Amino acid sequence: MGILFEMVDDILVAILSGELDHHNSGAIRESIDRTFDTFQARHLILSFREVTFMDSSGVGLVMGRYNKTAKKQGRLSIVGCSDYIDRIFDMAAVYTIAKRYPDTVAAIRELREERKEESLWNTSIK
Amino acid sequence: MWNQSENEALSRTIAAAFVTPVDPTVEEVTEIKTAVSEAVSNAIIHGYEAGKAGLIILELSLTGSGKFMISVEDFGVGIADVEKAREPLFTTGDTKERSGMGFTVMESFMDKVLVESRPGEGTRVTMIKTLDGTNVI
Repeated sequence: MGILFEMVDDILVAILSGELDHHNSGAIRESIDRTFDTFQARHLILSFREVTFMDSSGVGLVMGRYNKTAKKQGRLSIVGCSDYIDRIFDMAAVYTIAKRYPDTVAAIRELREERKEESLWNTSIK
Repeated sequence: MWNQSENEALSRTIAAAFVTPVDPTVEEVTEIKTAVSEAVSNAIIHGYEAGKAGLIILELSLTGSGKFMISVEDFGVGIADVEKAREPLFTTGDTKERSGMGFTVMESFMDKVLVESRPGEGTRVTMIKTLDGTNVI
């Protein structure tokens, strides 16, 4: 299981690849959390496009990361899921705590839109 | 096999290879691999007391008509309340990182899931799936 990171604004994009099971989910979790903290990210996008296998450990991984972003009032997004991964996420109601996008670009676009609205809202309060 | 998490991947490979003779679809193999991964992970995470080595036995069978059966057995702590364990989202693991979805996934991807357990003696999870293979005799 490999992982690549990209930082865009205050959004951490984690691109997972390979097999995601209980055995390697611990290392992946630590890697994401460490990088998230180091770069002081607020939002997290998890890409599953290169994931070749996933069981419910993937659900646990997502749920645990949700706590991380929630603490910073950030959002958790999921992109690139195959039908089969989608099915497992649907079973666990993951999409009630994370939003699904077809790709990273779509997720970033919406997060930027929301940030624009947020700052407009904040300035109008003054 | 021993209860180390490296064996989760090995179990999936064994199951996938085992059903090959009946020419299953990619979907069927994926479903079997996932269910097996859940059962073996459960045995590794929960089967024995923390830090203790223990055996996990896989038993597989395949009939000419495409009926596949696998059982995952450990000789460890057993499940106190099997019905509770099978409830979606219930877990005795770290609730921040474990989803409690193992049995739900098994039941969704396999046709039948049978759990036999005795506290202090061990647990045996048996799953059956009938494959619509093309090489069935």
